[in-house]
Amino acid sequence: MAFFNLQDINVSYDKKNNILEGLNLEIEKGELVSLLGPSGCGKTTTLRVVAGFIEPTHGQFILDDTDMTKVPVHKRNFGLVFQSYALFPHLSVFDNVAFGLKLQKVSKEEIKKRVENILEVCDLKGFEKRFPKQLSGGQRQRVALARALVVEPKLLLLDEPLSNLDAKLRINMRVEIKRLQRKLGITTIFVTHDQEECFSISDKVAVMNGGVIEQYDTPENIYRTPKTEFVARFIGFENFIDLKRKDAHTYIASDGSEFVVDNGCDKEDPKGTIRPEDIQIVSSQDNVENKITGKVIVRTFLGKSYQYELDTPLGVIVVNGSSDHVLQAQDTVCVSLPKGKIVLV
Amino acid sequence: MRKNRFLGVWTVLVFAFLLLPLVIVTITAFGEANVVQFPIQGFTFKWFGKALSSNSFMSACFYSLRLALVATLLALLVGIPGAYALARYSIKGKQLIKSFFLSPTIVPGTVLGFALFQVIVVQLQIPYDIGLLFGHFLIVLPYVIRIVGSSLEQFDFSIEEAAWTLGCGKIKTFFTIVLPNITSGISSAFLLAFINSFNNVPVSMFLIGPGTTTLPATLMGYLESGYDPTVPAFSVLMMLATIGIMFVVEKTLGIAALSK
Repeated sequence: MAFFNLQDINVSYDKKNNILEGLNLEIEKGELVSLLGPSGCGKTTTLRVVAGFIEPTHGQFILDDTDMTKVPVHKRNFGLVFQSYALFPHLSVFDNVAFGLKLQKVSKEEIKKRVENILEVCDLKGFEKRFPKQLSGGQRQRVALARALVVEPKLLLLDEPLSNLDAKLRINMRVEIKRLQRKLGITTIFVTHDQEECFSISDKVAVMNGGVIEQYDTPENIYRTPKTEFVARFIGFENFIDLKRKDAHTYIASDGSEFVVDNGCDKEDPKGTIRPEDIQIVSSQDNVENKITGKVIVRTFLGKSYQYELDTPLGVIVVNGSSDHVLQAQDTVCVSLPKGKIVLV
Repeated sequence: MRKNRFLGVWTVLVFAFLLLPLVIVTITAFGEANVVQFPIQGFTFKWFGKALSSNSFMSACFYSLRLALVATLLALLVGIPGAYALARYSIKGKQLIKSFFLSPTIVPGTVLGFALFQVIVVQLQIPYDIGLLFGHFLIVLPYVIRIVGSSLEQFDFSIEEAAWTLGCGKIKTFFTIVLPNITSGISSAFLLAFINSFNNVPVSMFLIGPGTTTLPATLMGYLESGYDPTVPAFSVLMMLATIGIMFVVEKTLGIAALSK
């Protein structure tokens, strides 16, 4: 059995609607797993079940072969970092970090040693006597992390810990979190709605929607081969085309045109989807696969490229084009959907 | 410019209206005549001596202080956990409970006093001092719940949850994490509750009995029978005490803490 196991978890506040429904999640020791999804998808609820704030109406939580489902929060020994950091405003940085150790009845010298050690690891040396309101966002974040890590928790839970930081600091902090997590080898669950953040940091990603995990896989696999339409949309796929299966690699669109794809699927009527940046703008004479002709309706400037909405017989297709060659509204263009880039969901 | 001058004059008038009675009371306390008069004739401190040596005044004063202290402490004991529960958990009919706790400040004191008199004194025949204490507890409880409640509303409860995850039990967390962060609310609640109990007349009037007379009731009773400057003198002493308390509060907490 895996180190961390959520088995068939249901959570319901009113006994009618389930916030989480039949949720299963396995995590190996030392892995960093992200829960990714839009707000209201149940990712924070899942984290709160793990932390012990919410008791599931059904299912079990097993950690290291011990049933934790009914263990109260304060006996779980998990480190939790909140979105708001939740530092104790009336305690200094040192006392904030030492709080958990004092409760464990660790000796004074040992507390001093361990707090100093973790403050050094978190790059907070010299801040021991400061109070939370005298710190910047990034420093508070690191104190919260140090406070959670100093007790050597069995599990580190991070609830959108980077969302209150500015863009640059966010990237630094996520590298920092990854480095600490690796160094201490601590099993970690990271909740976020930011896919870039989550892909860069995680060993595995669980994409959640409506209280269930839609896909649980490595970041690369999720990025390249989403399994459901929801996951595809959430990680930047657009252009969903209704198809009918002809054979494993050939599919027929609604206007009768044929699409060839590298990765087929078993479904009889799947949807073919592709990212706007993977579509190539070609000339009408080119002999290429999966060619569609359409008319530009909207052009949007994205910086390094332009995005066009094309009106085609298959509906609106969104395409990114280079900024070297700019198309105008009402221009007729041909695009090719490379067969290796089409994903069937 | 003209508008500003008008505003300035208006402000002075309002302050004069508020302060003049206090000034007059203070002056009359020094008059030599046996009745309160203004302007005064002669100048003496004797009424202060009489006020301080008056058995009924002093014992009523200490009784009122004791009553206010016990009623306030009781209200804090009940009100703080109540306010915590109201702020922390989504309880059904939360607004209704909140308005219920506010009601003693809306219902006229005489109505509340008469109702308590009917139940406590007439029906249940509870001893006077306990009845009076209960009445005052009811008067001050809303202040505690509202003021502590509003400081709990600004409290980030994830701080409490953070303490739980670090191995701190719920009750211990309440004392070591929640309470230290709402101290300004608690001290404001204490002061307002204490002052309201100490000053209360309408509820006390129905619930006082032999040996359990509050200071405001004694002062009013004294004014009905005689009209010498002992009462103004005693009022001056109380004003001085209030100024002293306010000074200490300002130095330690800041007056702003009271209006939060």
